Formats: sequence, C-alpha cells, structure tokens
Amino acid sequence: MARLPAPAEALADAFGPHLSYEPPGGFAARAAPDRKVNTHCCFCGQQCGVTLLVKDERVVGIEPWEEFPFNQGKLCPKGIKRYLQNNHPDRLLHPLVRTGRGFGRIPWDEALDLVAERVGRLQARYGRDSVAVLSGASLTNEKAYLMGKFARLAVGTRHVDYNGRLCMVAAGAGNLRAFGIDRAANPWADIVSTDLVMVLGSNVSECSPITTDYIWRARDRGAKLVVVDPRLTPIARTADLYLPVRPGRDSALMNAILHAVIRLGGVDHDFVERHTTGFDEVRALVERYAPETVERLVGIPARRIVEAAELWVQAPRTMLLHARGIEHHTKGVENVLACINLVLATGKIGKPGSGYATITGQGNGQGAREQGQRCNQLPGARDIENPAHRAEVAAAWSVAESALPGKGATAPEIVEMIHRGEIRGLVSICFNPLVSLPDATFTQEALERLDFFVAIDFFLSETARHADLVLPGSLHEEDEGTVTSTEGRVIRIRKAVDPPGEARADWRIICDLARRLGKGHQFDFHSPSHIFAELTRVSRGGVADYSGITYEKIERQMGVFWPCPDADHPGTPRLFEGGRFHHPDGRARFHAVEYRPPAEDVDADYPIILTTGRVVSQFLSGTQTRRIGPLVDQYPEPKVELHPKLAGRLGVCDGDRVRVSSRRGHLDLAAHVVATIRPDTVFIPYHWPGERSANRLTLRAYDPIAGIPEFKVAAVRIERLPA
Amino acid sequence: MSVSEGHRLTGELFIDPNRCIGCRACEEACSECPGHGGHTMIHLDFLERATSVQTAPTVCMHCEDPACASVCPADAIKVDPDGVVLTAMAERCIGCGNCVLACPFGVPELHAARDLMMKCDLCYDRTSVDLKPMCATVCPSGALFFGTREEVEDLRSARSLNVFEFGDEVVRTKNHLMVPAHTRVLAVTPTERPPRTPAEQHLEEALC
Repeated sequence: MARLPAPAEALADAFGPHLSYEPPGGFAARAAPDRKVNTHCCFCGQQCGVTLLVKDERVVGIEPWEEFPFNQGKLCPKGIKRYLQNNHPDRLLHPLVRTGRGFGRIPWDEALDLVAERVGRLQARYGRDSVAVLSGASLTNEKAYLMGKFARLAVGTRHVDYNGRLCMVAAGAGNLRAFGIDRAANPWADIVSTDLVMVLGSNVSECSPITTDYIWRARDRGAKLVVVDPRLTPIARTADLYLPVRPGRDSALMNAILHAVIRLGGVDHDFVERHTTGFDEVRALVERYAPETVERLVGIPARRIVEAAELWVQAPRTMLLHARGIEHHTKGVENVLACINLVLATGKIGKPGSGYATITGQGNGQGAREQGQRCNQLPGARDIENPAHRAEVAAAWSVAESALPGKGATAPEIVEMIHRGEIRGLVSICFNPLVSLPDATFTQEALERLDFFVAIDFFLSETARHADLVLPGSLHEEDEGTVTSTEGRVIRIRKAVDPPGEARADWRIICDLARRLGKGHQFDFHSPSHIFAELTRVSRGGVADYSGITYEKIERQMGVFWPCPDADHPGTPRLFEGGRFHHPDGRARFHAVEYRPPAEDVDADYPIILTTGRVVSQFLSGTQTRRIGPLVDQYPEPKVELHPKLAGRLGVCDGDRVRVSSRRGHLDLAAHVVATIRPDTVFIPYHWPGERSANRLTLRAYDPIAGIPEFKVAAVRIERLPA
Repeated sequence: MSVSEGHRLTGELFIDPNRCIGCRACEEACSECPGHGGHTMIHLDFLERATSVQTAPTVCMHCEDPACASVCPADAIKVDPDGVVLTAMAERCIGCGNCVLACPFGVPELHAARDLMMKCDLCYDRTSVDLKPMCATVCPSGALFFGTREEVEDLRSARSLNVFEFGDEVVRTKNHLMVPAHTRVLAVTPTERPPRTPAEQHLEEALC
C-alpha cells in the first residue's frame, strides 16, 4: 500500500514546498563569483543560454549569456530565478525509506538492494511487465537514453513511457505521419525573415517568452501576425488578426481556412504535384468546410476565417507555429495534420523564412522523445514495432532481437493499469503524475494501490510522497549532458556544482540499479560523455541521427542541429529544402481530417468549457517553481478566468470564491473576471496539487494515436460560494 | 554603487509598452542587484486587467530637469554628468516623500524600512563595466532595449520619443518611449481608456 506514510501536512512541514528567496550568502555573493558556467535554463524547451555564478561551490545567481545565439541574454522570470532551487532547504540529501511515521534515512547500498529485491519479487510473481518505468522530458539526452535502455534491458519491462506523453506526442505523431520525421522544420531565425506568423494554441508570451522577440523582429520588418486561441493572450493582443476559436474545434477551423485558401486560388499546384501525396482527398474533404458553414461551430465569423486565408495567401513567406493548445485533445494529431495540410497545400515550407514548427514544452521536449524512453520507440527515434529498427538496436546493444520487449503502455495507460492492479511496481524519475495527469483523484487512487514504488527525485514531489523509497538524484546544474532544444539544436548542459549531501547524479543511480538487477555489463558507463558516445553510435541510421555530434562540436558551433550523420556534417538547421521530405518516396503526406467533437462536450448540467494551461511564473507540475519564492509571489494561487458576460449570468464578481465542478470533482477558487477570454470558456492554470489542482476536473480521454490527454476541453459548471 | 571616474554611459533605455508581455523578467532581474537585492527598481503594471492584458514597465525616465530633485528639501537627489538621476543619498534623505508626489511618471518609492527614496540609477554597477542594465538584457519581448537611438530606430519600426506634455508642463527625459512612427510629442492626459486593439474587437465578435 502506497498511501501517504504521514499526513500531508506533516510531509509538507518536512519536505516543503518551502520558499527560497535569496542566494546563499545573500545577493552580495553574486558580485564576486569564483567561477561562471555557461549552460542553459532547466525549464522549457526554448533552452535559453544562461550563465550560472558559483561561489564557495554553491550557485549564487545568474548572469545573462549574451553570446548564445538563440536568446542572446534574454530570459523569462523563471530563468532568472532558477538558481534558487539550488541550496534549497527542501533538497533531498539522503535516500529515504517509508516508515510507519513518514520517511527515514537508509544507506545507499541498502536502498539499491531493496529496489532489486522488491522488483525481482514482483516480477517473479506477476511477470516482467508488472513493473513499469516512468521517465521525464526534462532529463538530458543521456539520461533519456539510459532510462529506455534501463527499462528494456535491466528491468526487462515493455512498460516504459515518459511525461512527454502530456506534451509533445501529438505534434510528434503528426509530424512523423506528414513528413516522415519529427522535428521543427525550421530554425527560429526563419521566424524573423517571414512575412506572416500564424500562431495556434500557443500562449507564446507565457510559455515560450523568448519566441515573442522573434515574432516582433519579424513584425518590425512588416510581417503580419495571426493568432488562434480561445484566450486573448499577450501575444494575441497586438495581432493583426485574432481568431478566438472555441476550444476543441481547431481541425474544423483549419479545414475552413484551407477551404478559403483553395477558393482564393492559393494552392501551389506545382509543389503539391512534385512533393506531396494525398491532396485530392483533402481538397474533397475541405470542400464541405466553407467558412460560412462552420462559423457557428468554430465560434468565429466567416469573414474573419476568410481574412486569415487572405493573409496567408498574400504572404510570400509564412511560418506556422503551434503548441499544446491544439495538441492537448482527443484529436490532437488530427489538429496537427490539419495545420500541416495548409502549409503543404501552399508549398510554404523548406525555404528561408517559410516553414513550420511545433513549440516544444519541456526542457528536452525534443531530445527526450528521440532516445528511446517512449513506449513505442527505440533510440534514434526508431519504431519499436519495425523489425528492421528492432534489429538495429538489438545489434547495437549486443542482445537478441527477441530480448527487446515490445510496445508498452503510455504513461496514462500505465496509471490506468496500476489502478486495475495489472502493474504492481513503479520506478519513476522526473515525473509528477499526481499533478500533471488528468483526473488527479484517479491518479491518487492508483498510486495508493502500488505494491512497490521507488522515485528518483531532488525534491519530494507530491507523487514521490507516495513512494516506498526515494533516491536523491541530481538537479540540472549538477550533471553534464546535452539536450535538444525546440529548434532541434543539440546543446550542452554543463555541471556547475556537485550534488549535495548523499545525492547522486541520476545516471549513476540508474547504472547502480542496473548492476543490482544483474545487468551491470550493459551499463558500464563512467561519464555522461561516455553515454553520449553510445547514444550517438546507436542513433546512426535512425531518423534522429546524432552520430556526427560530439560535445566538442556542440561547444564550437553553439549547438548542432540534427540530423548530423557524420563528423564532417555541419548539422541541419532547416529541413525539407528543395521539397525533399523524409518518407521513402521523398514526398510529404496530406491527411484528410474530418472534424470530430471533443470527448466531453458541454450540456445542460455542465454548460461551460474548461481549458487549462500555464502561467509565466510557474513550470509544469511546479516541483521546482513552487519552491522559488519570487516566482510564487507572481501568481501564488490558481484562479479561474472567466468573461464578464458569463460572470454576470452567474452573479459572480471579480475576486469572489466560486466552485468549479466537473464529472470528476470540484475545485474552490477565486474568480478572475476578465474580458480577455471567450464568454463560453473558462481557464484554470494547472501547476498546483490537491485542492488547487485543475486536473481534478479534467478527464481521462486520450488521442487514439498519440495517447495525449484532452487537457484543453472539459465540461464544467460554476457556482458562487457564500462569502 | 559609486560612480566610476570618467565613465560615460554608452546607451539609454528605450521602453516599448506595446511589446510588453507582463512576464516580470525585468523586476526579477533588477532584484538580483547586490545594491538592492530582493527589491526591484522597475515595476510592472497591468493597466486595466479587467478588459485587457496590456502591461507596461515603469522605470525612472531620468528627466532633464527632474521634479523629484527640485522638490527635495534635503537636496538629496543628484544628477550625474551623464544625466542620470540618482537614488537619494542615504545620508541626506529624510524620507519625506516629496519626490514620490512630484514625479510625473510615478517612479520613486519610499522604502519605509530604510527611510530612503530608492529608484533606478541605470545600473551603474553594470554600465561601468560595459554591461547593459539587467532588465533590458533579459527582457524577452524587447519591450526594454538599452542602446543608442540610432541602434533602436534601425532595428524597430516604432520611433523613439522623449518629450512629454503634462498639461502645460513639457518634460524631456533621458530615457525614451517607443511610439508609433508619426508621434512627435506624447500628451499625457487623464483620458478615458485607450482605443481597443483589432484583436480585442475580434474577441467581441466571437460566436458563442
């Protein structure tokens, strides 16, 4: 039983989140650092360069790293205050084992032995697949690679997946289907030289703030901006055209825009003929999506839809960017494909200033989806169900192909299987599903049913509180490695300080566990660069080919864009030049996407659409950012954002306490009455646990292809609470 | 921070509220300064959050003839040779708050705990070693820019402006606002709310 070992309040007293406001030694310490370490932010997929200041072997502040080309010193508030996670009072310093009254210290050797014994016992009784591995997309490429190999060879389970399942999988599956490769098609520099930026479902200003500057630099040259979002976000406020789409209707809107583009004669027939397949089916399908036909469905007047098409057709070069707003849906992949259809039909890709990108969410949202820690994937972004791909990896790992487990369950499915008792043991790292998965009450029930749960973490996350054993791992600044940014640029993460106390680098913990599980010979790594060397070798010939990348080359070039198939190759900033795509026939694929309603539409009982998302000062499940005082002060508590028209009907004023209820549960929180959201939609940010968790309201409905949850549409009702 | 001898500022601050995304990176960066660690000298405001997400940073504009200094009974607010209006001298400031009331831009703050007026001094600790002010270095949208007028106007479609009319009072400042290209003087009047942006109108047309 993995119920909490002590009351939540007692665990919070002992392990936080507590708030850190000042560096060790006070702010004066940053004036005379012992050394400066150029690395990257630990948070989002923009991976801004930043210099950490180290004094007396402690991180005491940051300095902008202006030489790094992507962000040139620019940072959001998270990047500036990130260093306050170091030397934090909540930091886990020793292995901890569940006791009758909470957690107690346990020596490393005993802890590692315990994992091997408990995992072995469960697998002997219930089979190898009764133990699952959950990993994360904030890990370096080296660790992501290691986790996939660890799960499949050391634990021997097919059930390994990662929290990118909540982030990049819809975009990834869509890209793979359309292009045969899953990476941003263009470097961010192409945003600056475009004539039209279309941003869909991306609160760029809060979730990828540095991208704002790229968009403005394009606008300084005269580029137009079109934003599609149910909320009037800061980037949307100044847009030339803003389409306030009703949540869950994106594929219908994109079909209507393509319909209008075709009507305007905007199709690049030569490009379509020479470089694509499947356009006829798409043209026949979107024939039925006239803007006038779908305007009520998508919630936008037809003439504005036509205006978007006109702007798209008139612009010689266009950049289409999207993020989770269109991807967190039961039709996330279809929404992505509908966007790609527009890009392909007009031939606006593979050229300077013309192309397409999905904006990654997590720090290694790109790289962590390529190294083989996904349930359906092997290193090099290979397909685990493709016999040739399996054979390549088996050969590289010196195992029989039959020794490689098959496709496993997705992260949400793993939690469902735990709930059903089909998975009994869990090894997790870098994942806080209790906050980040939909239907948090269900997730909690699942965690309470585990027979054995070991978590590797640096803070005791809400999920790790349920563990039997907690192994103290490393923070971003305590290890070497690489990540792959939103552009597909592989960059270097540099170690600034050692892990404190008995905490250890994550890769050492994984290798130690593998040794205990009898697979030490396959995990005989002595450094992250050693792991990287194997990773790049194994990636050779895969879709995500890193084989020409070295740490030295990354440092020399300020990053290397994959594919980079040999030592002399400079890397590939822009994909699809000359209309060459990565399917065997070199052609991109159109996909005819019929609109489907969301899994849970509004009705008389639950008449309001709930959509969830982020605020600029917090990051994902908040394990780190809810411990950084200045960030917490910016936006301390979740509020529900609603339009004055809706508030008026409900008798709610700004600041009133309201109850938001769905079929899963309810949440009591303050109303934030603002005219910057559709009147039929409310918004709650999701960074908090327990009674403040937006995911107590969201539903367990998933995209059938990618398995991404429908975080962006749920049906709720709202009542004003007595004062 | 002491003013280094012979040091000359190589730039000025250009503020473009239109680009501001309200992220508070400027405040968080400013509060890292060892001179006033934990406190920011630049402030981010939501102008009218009920109807708009428009935000704007407020920071000392460094007036040519600063009202804060002229109303200071203790002569505590000095202007350096570069035209930078400095934080009140701690040994002179009596914490009366006249400067807070006099400033047309609403910048100075009285720090009760220190009984001292504190405000932006354009980062002497950084500019004296050829670093830009941290707020303008980090600003992710370019709403804050540090450099010369030529540099910013070469990069931007907006033009810079440093003449403000407060009724009959004309105030010239060292720092600049970025404004639409045709604007010559900014008349600051207590008007009704600014016109809606096209995007704000597009939201009103949403079909529900």
